[in-house]
Amino acid sequence: MNFNKLYKTVASGTETGTATATRTRSRHNPKYADLDANGTHTVIEASHISQSFTSEKGNETTVLDDISFNLHEGAIVAILGRSGAGKSTFLRILAGLIQPTSGQVSYRGKALDGPNPGVALVFQTFALMPWLTVQDNVELGLEARGVPREERHKRALEAIDAIGLDGFESAYPKELSGGMKQRIGIARALVLRPDALFMDEPFSALDVLTAENLRQEVLKLWNNNQSGIKSILIVTHNIEEAVQMADRVVVLGSHPGHLIAQVPVNLPRPRDKHSPEFEAMVDKLYAILTGQESQRSRQITQKKAENAAGATSGAAQNPTKDSVQTSSSKSDNDNKSANSSKSTDNQGNGNGSGQASGTTDDHAAAQAATNEKLAAHENNTKVKENNARAELLPNATPGGLAGLLDVVSNYQNGVDLADLAADLSFEVDDLFPLIDAGTMLGLLTVSNGHCTITREGDRWCHADVLEAKQLFAQLVMDHAPLVRTIDRALRNHPDRGLRGELILDLLRSQHTDEEAQQQFDIAVTWGRYGELFDYDADDDQLTLDEANK
Amino acid sequence: MTNFSFNFNRAAPATADANRNTRLAKRVISDCVVAVGILAVFGLIAWILPAINAPVGPKGIPSTVSTDPRNLPYYALRSVFRMAIALFFSLVFTFVYGLAAARSRRLGKVLIPLLDILQSVPILGFLSATVTIWLALFPGSMMGVEAASIFAIFTSQAWNMTFSFYRSLQSEPKELDEAARNLRLSHWQRFWVLDVPNSMIPLLWNMMMSVGGGWFFLTASEMISVNNRTYALPGIGSYVEAAAAEENPGKIGWAILTMVIVVLAIDVLVWKPLTAWAEKFRITQSESTEPKRSAVLTLIRQSHIDDFIARIFRPVGEFLNWITRPLGHTGSKWGAKPGRRRAGDVVFGVIVGVAVIAGATELIVTIMKTTGLGELGRAFGLGGLTFLRVALLTMVCSVIWVPLGAIIGMNPKISRLVQPLVQVLASFPANFIFPFVVMVFVAGGVNINWGSILLMALGTQWYILFNVIAGASAIPDDLIEMTKNFHITGWMKWKTLILPAVFGSWVTGGITAAGGAWNASIVSEIVSYGRHTLVAKGLGSYIAEATAHAEGMKTIIGVAVMAIFVVAVNRLFWNPLQRLADRRFVVG
Repeated sequence: MNFNKLYKTVASGTETGTATATRTRSRHNPKYADLDANGTHTVIEASHISQSFTSEKGNETTVLDDISFNLHEGAIVAILGRSGAGKSTFLRILAGLIQPTSGQVSYRGKALDGPNPGVALVFQTFALMPWLTVQDNVELGLEARGVPREERHKRALEAIDAIGLDGFESAYPKELSGGMKQRIGIARALVLRPDALFMDEPFSALDVLTAENLRQEVLKLWNNNQSGIKSILIVTHNIEEAVQMADRVVVLGSHPGHLIAQVPVNLPRPRDKHSPEFEAMVDKLYAILTGQESQRSRQITQKKAENAAGATSGAAQNPTKDSVQTSSSKSDNDNKSANSSKSTDNQGNGNGSGQASGTTDDHAAAQAATNEKLAAHENNTKVKENNARAELLPNATPGGLAGLLDVVSNYQNGVDLADLAADLSFEVDDLFPLIDAGTMLGLLTVSNGHCTITREGDRWCHADVLEAKQLFAQLVMDHAPLVRTIDRALRNHPDRGLRGELILDLLRSQHTDEEAQQQFDIAVTWGRYGELFDYDADDDQLTLDEANK
Repeated sequence: MTNFSFNFNRAAPATADANRNTRLAKRVISDCVVAVGILAVFGLIAWILPAINAPVGPKGIPSTVSTDPRNLPYYALRSVFRMAIALFFSLVFTFVYGLAAARSRRLGKVLIPLLDILQSVPILGFLSATVTIWLALFPGSMMGVEAASIFAIFTSQAWNMTFSFYRSLQSEPKELDEAARNLRLSHWQRFWVLDVPNSMIPLLWNMMMSVGGGWFFLTASEMISVNNRTYALPGIGSYVEAAAAEENPGKIGWAILTMVIVVLAIDVLVWKPLTAWAEKFRITQSESTEPKRSAVLTLIRQSHIDDFIARIFRPVGEFLNWITRPLGHTGSKWGAKPGRRRAGDVVFGVIVGVAVIAGATELIVTIMKTTGLGELGRAFGLGGLTFLRVALLTMVCSVIWVPLGAIIGMNPKISRLVQPLVQVLASFPANFIFPFVVMVFVAGGVNINWGSILLMALGTQWYILFNVIAGASAIPDDLIEMTKNFHITGWMKWKTLILPAVFGSWVTGGITAAGGAWNASIVSEIVSYGRHTLVAKGLGSYIAEATAHAEGMKTIIGVAVMAIFVVAVNRLFWNPLQRLADRRFVVG
């Protein structure tokens, strides 16, 4: 189909039409205001976006922390981060679906006060109206803009053709496979010829082959330059996907979401996944993602251990304060030795920037940009150190951890995280919680995106069931503050037990309700597996395990 | 517009040329049948319409109707017509009230508890408060009584539909809401493309239940006995009442037969096609295992009527879309900043609080002035008695129907036969057989204080059975196979699998049954058959007598006390059970 032809037909007074016309002119006329310093047009500009939620009990938790970001014409940008980094929230703020707590989003220089008119969103779960046919679904947005019936019909058919759905116009979404559904989702967005196509993990609900196929289709549309789309923003937790598609990768760190790096990807297209440059870029992103977590946790360990221990023991009456404090400083030390590298007074981003600059020199520009960002971030984090939040338990099960260790122990000299993810066909969200749990408990070490099993890990891996449980119990007591806190509190009153709500309340004062519940669940799972304590969900009672008395 | 289409046709690819002729023949026949059907409906409406607006005769509004069985078809038609009009208004009310409550955070805080209260106010309460208004609105015309009757039916239909719509709005899939806002749909589009389709299936079920409820209160709404007067409208409900007054069991029998035919006809002609059609609004992505079928729907789909309707209504849809566009897009403006919002909340809360407190004080002051607080205490005492009845009824019905329902539900063959039957039974107005039961009571000397429990149960027990059957038929096959494989039988099987699995459905059925029983108490605690009028001690009879004798204050007290009881029992008993069911006993 020919989108250029369409291009002219739209300018019939509709909203998109007028916007498009203006843009076409502005290309030849540089005096238009949306030009930025580099001479490219800025589509969306977000400055100092922060987002926090107030729970029902009035606790405020920050989800996004002071993120500034620009989306330019002609660019594909990927937002990468692990779960808890607030990627999707950030995307929705840019799309005007969520109002930021502070900061401002502007579209073409105009501040948003509602859904962003220049954005069409493609959803992870497709978000199609199941009761409308493919055609009606695609026409929906045009109808909202008052495009007449005939016109609407024609444009929808063209978009349907463009994404390879012809012949399915009168089908209902539930008759189609996931890949086909996502095609409808893309057609529905394409037909609006948006300034910015937003994709929220668009391929993660599809199987590997379909996802790859669809990625190529999207890139083809983009390269043909006929779709009228000016920019693409894609949220992903798949590092390869980010490197494959994006001109620039924005890496967000977790808890709360914050910007850690913006990495330009200057590889020639089409990109060869097996080229050394591609692999180097993937490894680099892995390094950045693992680096940030260890440096951050190190930086905040002391603070949060004191907070958590102090608060909990207060609640559990008669705290054995000395022991708690000893343990907190001990865990601090552990963390330092685990990350046995940088000097202690450089609490900021020593680790992260070190990794970023340590990469191959074909990416000098990328490196410079990264370093700059990291440096800027360092200033930020120092300010924020005071309200740093407690170290979170990664959402991993002992079973998953054991499985991972089994795999890693097969590699004598350790394994690159990128290879590990490829081996297991894991995405970031699948792999990183396990890796985090492994490093937290000292079963694994990770440096520069390379992962090796420790002596402890090896022991746990080869232990029999009972021994493994005892080892695990010892490790979580040493390294998982929340589990230790619960155990301490229970030991104060071995006969009485403790209400789970009490622990949850404490967690809620520092995390979102959902996160608090998750932390509690993880702690209970770990504690149960290690036979440290038990939890009766009906009575909401935590009790010390017989084996632990 | 694309979406305002009653598109019953799923594009079915033409198979072969040979089939084409038979298909064409089928379509033509279908067209004829549908056309005849539509003409018949219009003809019937034209037949009854003049009588509705007839002037009141010289003797004033009649207080009884003729009990000649030959009038029954006409009466039934009048009743059905009334029911349909009331249902239409209930639907409009549902959309307006539900949207207001769901879209405005603050309004929702007031409207939903208010709905809870409205739901627990018995029909006579509404009638006695408004009947004079209706009569004044249409002076000298039967239309006034007609309007009062339709309003009474409306009050027995609207609330649960509104609740269902509100709940659907609240549980709209998040990503569909985001898609609607991102596409910047107009308000009409959002309503018609997302809100209505998403709520369609539960709304239809609630409409069926509402109509059942409407039938149950038909006698009360067609023969309106309030304020020392009785206004009778031609209808099947008033016919039963009049026949009972004449002590003529034969005539009541005819009425019951007519009612059975009406209920079955509505089921086949309206509910079956609608529920089968509504399957396309199911959000779960997989096809449902057992497709719902309806011969009537197939007929309609084969005919051209759907295209015709679509063509007629498309401009209407386009117009509505066009006219709502200036109102902006759905979700187009962000709310105020949290600080200002909180301030607004406080102001709003204070205003509402003051209004509620002022209202309550005013009520108590008036009570003290007129009847004295003792009356309130008496009403609470009577409420306690009715409460005991409702509790006993719920328990006994559960003990009987839960095991039976579970057995029926777990046997697909039986449940396929029984379930439609139970549905029809649930919508059949049980009070049509009250006269027979009262005869038995009188003959056997049964104390109405106990007997009224049976009367209440006759109408409401089906909800428990109905829900338990549905719950039991949803027990996953692998769990049943597991019990066989591990030789888990007898009590053990009931304790570990069946009872936990149907617990949630039982709670749902129990809430409906208990709520229905409270409302039914006003027609069950006071029943008459000819010379015999049996009155049980309870809140229902208290309200019924107060309304009949135009004792306004007593009516208000009775209604308020009943609302308090119903809301309190729901909050303190059923809601915790429901939460427990959601937390612990969700299967699969």
